[in-house]
Amino acid sequence: MKWEIVIGLETHAQLSTASKIFSGASTAFGAEPNTQACAVDLALPGVLPVLNHGAVERAIRFGLAVGAKINRRSVFARKNYFYPDLPKGYQISQYELPVVEGGSLTIRVGDAEKTVRLTRAHLEEDAGKSLHEDFQGTTGIDLNRAGTPLLEIVSEPDMRSSDEAVAYAKALHALVRWIGICDGNMQEGSFRCDANVSVRPVGQKEFGTRCEIKNLNSFRFLEKAIDYEVRRQIEVIEDGGTIRQETRLYDPDKDETRSMRSKEDAHDYRYFPDPDLLPLAVSEETLEAIRKALPELPQAKQARFAASYGVTAYDAAVLTSSRELADFFEGAAQKADAKAAKLCANWITGQLNARLNDEALDITQSKVSAPQLRRLVDRIADGSISGNAAKTVFDAIWAGEANGEDAADIVIKNKGLQQISDAGTIEKIVDDVLAANAPQVADYKAGKEKAFNSLVGQAMKATKGKANPQQVNEILKRKLSS
Amino acid sequence: MALTLDDVKRVAHLARIAINDAEAKATHAQLTGIFELIAQMEAVAVSAIEPMPHAQDLVQRLRADAVTEANQREQFQAVAPQVDAGLYLVPKVIE
Amino acid sequence: MQPEPQLATLRQLSDGFAAGKFSCVEVTQEFLNKIKELNSSLNCFISVDAQRSLAQARAADAQRAAGKAQLLTGVPLAQKDIFCAQGWLTTCGSKMLSNFVSPYDAHVIERFNAAGAVNLGKTNMDEFAMGSSNETSFYGPVKNPWDTTRVPGGSSGGSAAAVAARLAPAATGTDTGGSIRQPAALTGICGLKPTYGVVSRYGMIAFASSLDQGGPMARTADDMGLMLNVMAGFDARDSTSLQRDAEDYTRELANPLAGLRIGLPKEFFGAGAAPDVSRAVESAIAEYRKLGCETVEVSLPNMALSVPVYYVLAPAEASSNLSRFDGVRYGHRARDYTDLTDMYEKTRAEGFGAEVKRRILIGAYVLSHGYYDAYYIRAQKLRRLIAQDFTEAFKQCDVIMGPTSPSTAFKIGEKAGDPVQMYLSDIYTIAVNLAGLPGMSIPCGFDSGGLPVGLQIIGNYFAEARMLNVAHQYQLATDWHQRAPKGIEEIAR
Repeated sequence: MKWEIVIGLETHAQLSTASKIFSGASTAFGAEPNTQACAVDLALPGVLPVLNHGAVERAIRFGLAVGAKINRRSVFARKNYFYPDLPKGYQISQYELPVVEGGSLTIRVGDAEKTVRLTRAHLEEDAGKSLHEDFQGTTGIDLNRAGTPLLEIVSEPDMRSSDEAVAYAKALHALVRWIGICDGNMQEGSFRCDANVSVRPVGQKEFGTRCEIKNLNSFRFLEKAIDYEVRRQIEVIEDGGTIRQETRLYDPDKDETRSMRSKEDAHDYRYFPDPDLLPLAVSEETLEAIRKALPELPQAKQARFAASYGVTAYDAAVLTSSRELADFFEGAAQKADAKAAKLCANWITGQLNARLNDEALDITQSKVSAPQLRRLVDRIADGSISGNAAKTVFDAIWAGEANGEDAADIVIKNKGLQQISDAGTIEKIVDDVLAANAPQVADYKAGKEKAFNSLVGQAMKATKGKANPQQVNEILKRKLSS
Repeated sequence: MALTLDDVKRVAHLARIAINDAEAKATHAQLTGIFELIAQMEAVAVSAIEPMPHAQDLVQRLRADAVTEANQREQFQAVAPQVDAGLYLVPKVIE
Repeated sequence: MQPEPQLATLRQLSDGFAAGKFSCVEVTQEFLNKIKELNSSLNCFISVDAQRSLAQARAADAQRAAGKAQLLTGVPLAQKDIFCAQGWLTTCGSKMLSNFVSPYDAHVIERFNAAGAVNLGKTNMDEFAMGSSNETSFYGPVKNPWDTTRVPGGSSGGSAAAVAARLAPAATGTDTGGSIRQPAALTGICGLKPTYGVVSRYGMIAFASSLDQGGPMARTADDMGLMLNVMAGFDARDSTSLQRDAEDYTRELANPLAGLRIGLPKEFFGAGAAPDVSRAVESAIAEYRKLGCETVEVSLPNMALSVPVYYVLAPAEASSNLSRFDGVRYGHRARDYTDLTDMYEKTRAEGFGAEVKRRILIGAYVLSHGYYDAYYIRAQKLRRLIAQDFTEAFKQCDVIMGPTSPSTAFKIGEKAGDPVQMYLSDIYTIAVNLAGLPGMSIPCGFDSGGLPVGLQIIGNYFAEARMLNVAHQYQLATDWHQRAPKGIEEIAR
C-alpha cells in the first residue's frame, strides 16, 4: 500500500522580552537556578499576574507578518494540571480566543513553493525545568524559565513529508528572527517544535490517528523523529495494529520515539477564563503603529532584490534567508548598477559565505564589511583588478591587513595588484612581444590558433600578470589581423 | 446529570487529593445535596445571555517590559520543604 | 470625653495620641494584654507577636514625636490571616500554610505599614475563607463574644470577634460571598465590602478571584472610612485593581439623609429571615424614615439563584487557585510518599480540611470535560442576570437595605454537618459579590436572646462614601453600635 504522510507543527517561540509575561523577573538565559524566579513566578500565595506589553506587541507583529487576523479582543485562560515545573498548578494560556488567528507561511522545498496555512498563534507562559540528574531519586526544579513568554504557533496539517516540515520550521525560524520577536536559539530552547504526525493510505480523505512528538529542538531531530515515527506507524498498521493517539518523546541517542508515561493520564485541563486577567484589547491605533514599525518582510524584500538589483531569484532567496544577510547585501549594493550588484551578490553567496562557514561566524561577524566588499567589487567592475587579484585583496582584508572603507584600495596599492588597463601601455608591450616572437606570429598567421595563447602569455609575463587580459586579447587580435 | 461515586474519585484524582472509599462515599452524599441546590440554575433559560466573567467590563492593563525583580532565592527557599543547590526537590519525575 | 483606650474608636485613639493622653506603645501593650487574657477562650487570633507589634508601636511613637504622624499612626489593627505580612506566619486558617512565614507584604499590609498602623496580630478565619461560621479553621473555631457557645460567623470570624470583644479597635476582613458582612452582623460590629477592584488583592490569598474583596471591620462607620482611606487605591500588581482618583471616604459622613431613597427588595423581606431579624431590620428602616429617607419597594427577581450560581463559580475558581498548594515550594508536605503523585495527593489530603476539599472537588467537577457549559458558563450567564437586577433596582433608589443574615449567631456545630444549610446562610450577601457592588453591615438591634442583628446596606458601584454617610447618620441617631458583649466593659477596666 502507498501511504501519505500528514504533519502539522506546533511551535513554541520564546519571545525576546526583557521580563516575563506576567512578572518583572528577568528572562535572561543561563542564570543560577531559581535566581530569576520572583514571587509571581513561584506562585507564592496571594500573588497576581500582570500582562507584559512587550509580549503582546511581539505576538501582534507576528500576526501581521503572516497575514493573520488580529483579534481585537482575546482572552487568557487557565490550563489546569499538576506538574512540579508548573508552580501555580495551571498554565496561563489562550484557549478559545487567541490573539492571532489564521495566516500562512510560504515554504520552498527544492524548486517547489508551497503555502502552509496557520491555524492560530497564542500567548502563554513557559514552564520551569526539571533536572533529573545528580539528585539521587529526586528531580530538581529550576523555575527561572517559568513565566517566560511564549508564542505558540499552530499550523494546519498541511505538510506531507519531513522535508516540508523542516522547510516550514526553518521558514518560521527565519521569520521570527527577521521580525525580532525571538532570538531563535534552539540550543537554549528558544524555539522548539511539537510535531503531529499521522499516515493514511493515499487517496483516503480522513486523517489517520495522530501522535504528537514533543519538544524537538533541532531541525535534524525534527526530521529524524518524523521519519522514525512515520516508519513506526506504517509498520504498526501493516502488521494489523492500530495507532493509539498519544504523546511521544524523541530519543536522539536511540533515534526512536517512545510513549511519554507522564502524559498517559487522561487529559482534562479544565480550561476556564483566568479571573485574575481581563480581556486583552488591541486598538486600531496599536495595530497601525505596529504595522508601520514592521520591517520589510522576506518575501517582499526578495521580490525587490530581484527587481531593483537584477539578482537572480535564487540569489534573492539566499540573500533574504536572514535579515542580517539582507542588510549586508543592501549595505554593499546600495546605488550599485546591475553589474556591481550582481558581483556583490556573487561575492556574498560565494567567497564570503564560504569563509563564514569555515570559521563558524555569522554575517554580523564578517571580517570584511559591506562597504569594504563594495569597494572591492567596484575595483573589479572598473577593471582595476583581476578576479584573481580580487581574491587576494579579499583575503588580505579578512586577515586584517587593511582597515577602513578604502581597505581594498590600500591592499591593491601595497601589493601592487593594480591592473594595467592603459591602452597605450599595453599596445607598446604587445608591439615588443610581436617583435620578439616572430616565429609564433608566423605560426598564428599560418592557422595555428595555439600560438595566440602563447603570445598572450608572453604579454602577461612581461607585465608580471598585471595587464588586463581582456585588453591584451583585443589588442593582440587587432594587431595580428592587420 | 447525577454525580456518581466514580465522578467523585475521578475529580479527586484530577485535583490530586487522596480519597479512600469511605471518604468518597461520604463526600458523594454531601456533593449530591450540593448539586441538588446547584440544579436550581436549570430553571432559567440562558441562551440569550452573555456570560459575565468579571464584575467590571474592563480590558487588561499592560505592564511595561522592564525587569523589576531582584534575586530573592534565599528568602523564598527558606520556606521550602526540600531544596538542594538552589533547586526545589521533588520525587523523581518520569517523562 | 476620652474613653478608655480599649473602648475607643480609631478616631478617638488618633486624637488621644495627638493630645498625648497615651502613647502608641501603651495602647498596643494594653491590647496585647487583653488578647493574652481572652484569646484562649475566644480563639480570635492565630498569631500574636508582641515584639513585632511593640517595635511598630515604638516607631509610631517616634514618628508622632517627630511631628510626622498621619491619622492612623500608632493605631493597632488586627489583620485577617489571609493577608501576607512579611515575617509573620500567614496561614489562611489552613494546615497547608501552618509553617508559612510570608516573605512579602500584601498591598493592604504595605498601605497600613506606610500609614504607621501597628499590626496587633493575625486573626483566625475559615480555612482559605471557605465558611460562614469560622468552624473550618485548622486552628479551631472562633467563639462569639456575645455567647461563646455560638459561632461568630465567617470567614472573617476572628476579626469580627476580636473587634466585638474589644481585643482590637478595628480589623481587616475579606468578603467573597459575605465573609465581612455576615460575621460583622453576627458579632454586632460594622463591616464594609467595597466595590470589586477598589482594594488591591495583591498578597490577599485568593479564594475566588473574581469575587474576593478586602475591606474594613470596625465599630463605627467613621472608622471604616478611615481604614478604607488607607486600604483603597490603585495597585499596578493587581490587573483587576481600578485606576481611580483617590477619595476621602469620610467626606460625606455629615451630610443629612433627607430625600435618600432606600430600596427594599421584596425578596429580602419574605419568609426567609428569622422573625427577630426582620423586626430589627424593619425598626432600623423606620429610624431611617424618621431621618427623612423615603423607601421604595424594589425587586431582585433572580436573587434566589445567587447561592447556586455562587457555589459553581466560587469553587471553580478556588479549585484552580488552590492548585499551587502542592508541597513543592512552600507549605505542608506529606511525610511519607511513594512517588510524585502520591506526594501531591497525600500532601493535599492532609493539608486541606473537609470544607476546602469539598469545594475543590465541586470546582474540579464543574470545570471538567463535558460539564463546563452546563455549570460554569450557565452560572456566568446567571451572574449577569443577577447583576442586571441591581442595575434596574438602582434606577429607583440610592441604596438597598435588608438583613445581612437570615439568622443571628447559631450554635457551634449546629450547621457544620450540613453544607447546604450553611451555604444558605449567605443568601442575602452573595448576590452583592456576584455583581461586584459595595455592601455593608451595621448593627441594628438584638434578637430575643440578646444576639446582635445586622442591617445590610448595599450601594451602587463606587458609592462607598455615600453608604458610610448613611451608616454614620444612623449611628448618630442610635447606639446599637456602642453595645458591647456582657463583661467586656468590665474587662476593659
